[in-house]
Amino acid sequence: MSARENILNKLRNSLTGTTPIADTFDVDLVTKPWTYAPEERIAQLRKLMEAVHTEVHLSSERDWPELLGKLVSERQLPSLLIAPGTPHGRRVSEHWEVNPQLPPLKAYDRPIEEWKFELFDDTPASLTTTLGAIAATGSLIMWPTREEPRLMSLVPPVHFALLKASEIHDNFYEVQQKQNWATGMPTNALLVSGPSKTADIEQVLAYGAHGPKDLVVLILEDA
Amino acid sequence: MNTQTRIPAVEIHEDFRARARKALADPQLRKNFRTAMDSLMTKRAVAFSDADEREGLRTLGNAIKARALSKLPDLLEQLETNLTRNGVNVHWAETVDEANAIVLSIVEAHEAKQVIKGKSMVSEEMEMNDFLGERGIECLEADMGEYIVQLDHEKPSHIIMPAIHKNAKQVGALFHDKLGVDYTNDVDQLIQVGRKVLRQKFFEADIGVSGVNFAIAETGTLLLVENEGNGRMCTTVPPVHIAVTGIEKVVETLRDVVPLLSLLTRSSLGIPITTYVNMISGPRKADELDGPQEVHLVLLDNGRTQAFADSELRQTLNCIRCGACMNHCPVYTRIGGHAYGEVYPGPIGKIITPHMVGLKNVPDHPSASSLCGACGEVCPVKIPIPSLLRRLREENVKAPDSPHQVMRGQGSKYSPKERFIWNAWARLNSSPTLYRLFIFFATRLRNLTPSNVGPWTQNHSAPKPAARSLHDMAREHLAKQPGNK
Repeated sequence: MSARENILNKLRNSLTGTTPIADTFDVDLVTKPWTYAPEERIAQLRKLMEAVHTEVHLSSERDWPELLGKLVSERQLPSLLIAPGTPHGRRVSEHWEVNPQLPPLKAYDRPIEEWKFELFDDTPASLTTTLGAIAATGSLIMWPTREEPRLMSLVPPVHFALLKASEIHDNFYEVQQKQNWATGMPTNALLVSGPSKTADIEQVLAYGAHGPKDLVVLILEDA
Repeated sequence: MNTQTRIPAVEIHEDFRARARKALADPQLRKNFRTAMDSLMTKRAVAFSDADEREGLRTLGNAIKARALSKLPDLLEQLETNLTRNGVNVHWAETVDEANAIVLSIVEAHEAKQVIKGKSMVSEEMEMNDFLGERGIECLEADMGEYIVQLDHEKPSHIIMPAIHKNAKQVGALFHDKLGVDYTNDVDQLIQVGRKVLRQKFFEADIGVSGVNFAIAETGTLLLVENEGNGRMCTTVPPVHIAVTGIEKVVETLRDVVPLLSLLTRSSLGIPITTYVNMISGPRKADELDGPQEVHLVLLDNGRTQAFADSELRQTLNCIRCGACMNHCPVYTRIGGHAYGEVYPGPIGKIITPHMVGLKNVPDHPSASSLCGACGEVCPVKIPIPSLLRRLREENVKAPDSPHQVMRGQGSKYSPKERFIWNAWARLNSSPTLYRLFIFFATRLRNLTPSNVGPWTQNHSAPKPAARSLHDMAREHLAKQPGNK
């Protein structure tokens, strides 16, 4: 008999004569303490994300490309990885075109195998969008896509993330329900709650362990 | 490295007691653990500041795990079906040898030479690093704590914070010795050294290995939590990802992980959530540009079905590996993780290890506890650890001819002499005539009691019966009362 059959048989034998326990999930326990008035959500998210060294900026649908350009210049980043085919990617390209002093834009437009070295060695920053955020835990929601693949928010040392204020949800339960997660999970779904960190040495918190050292969130208040 | 601050390596021939004694005599080790555990306890208390909310969530966490275990075989099949549909290869292993063989076959199929591993306690059960290393395949730990421990040829001393037994000076000296970098005890600089070395390894690795925190049957999703990003690197950069996990990690629905996730991160590190919650439901799709081409899941038994067979011991499998029980354990805090000599230290280690290696091989585990109850009180999924420890003590002294075979290596501490003494003691205390006779002699011959009664008198004065028994004095007292004539 295979290991699979042996394991399943042993488990089934042990359950002989028992009935499965009913599902008594009390939704209130995971929602009630984690519910916020709409005007509190940004502040709640901000408080938690800033507590773990996330840089949060408030902006608007109109002004964010300019703010992004300013932040990129201030940090003297030599280039920025974007998804040019997306609506927000086009906004960046447009702003960059009229501001030639800004550093070059790069696109993640081929399989990782074709430019792995460049991604690891010569891609200092990236911009991705988000599927919203969770106020209760201070988390950004990301479902990487073809345009914005998984490593785009992980390998570059500086990660800029766009977040629409209207897409800040109260808690993870609400997100799963509203966005119908259970009916179709993507290859990879992520909650990101700050820059990479570790406390493995003497519990001293250090940022920039393996992922981005800086996470910069631009919240579009009117979007 | 400074020999005075070097943590003594655990030697195989030593038993638990000897290792514990050695650890107790090491002030640096005790200070490192005391400091860390105090801080982790405070952080947890702050994260669960509302006791009602905490207790409600613990009850829910317990119910979710109990429900999952009550239909475990069905959920495992559902998980397999959904993962397979998503393109993940599911493997089953009864033993760690089988699990290693599966991993090796995948490694060989890809002619892989370098494996990079995110933190996984199941891979520690398998001793995967050594297994692959002996076959000429580099298997490198990518979690900072695990990397430090591996570099010093040690094992993790805590399931969440593997290098908690070392301080920054010790890590600085280790990096200087092994990596040839300048000595520093600045934690930021040390982490940047690790980042640089490991980033190159993520880039080069042929295969990435990870554990799993929750396997979601409903969607066929592997959920991993971490703060560093090494887990995401290991599961995304290399062309092949192998996840290894115990069969008890499966939960029924995606919704079920909401409270479990909150319980896990708040109980372990006192944080609302980890930096990354990484949910993987399949390999790279045709139109995607990164992620592994192949994803494998190895489901490991390694004694779990034995714990599952007994409805009381089954609760051991509720564990979500948060480490809160060890953070709050007065024994663990004093002797550290290495003294246990096994993969899982502390209270959870004492109740899970006997199923993995046989009670006979860890005979002192169930008794290395004061039964203070702290572990049971803080357990986020309400495992009654003290009761399970008492149960294992019973199994430990069961007569060899007992018809109830509950676990491998049971009855290893059975002693006919001890059993005879306890039976006699029970008889003595349940028969009034025998008891009076015993007391009569015990009080009169009190000066004949020995002054040395084995281990008891190493730390206590010898017991000596009083000149008069309580019964005797009570009788006299009552006789003096007016009306009692």
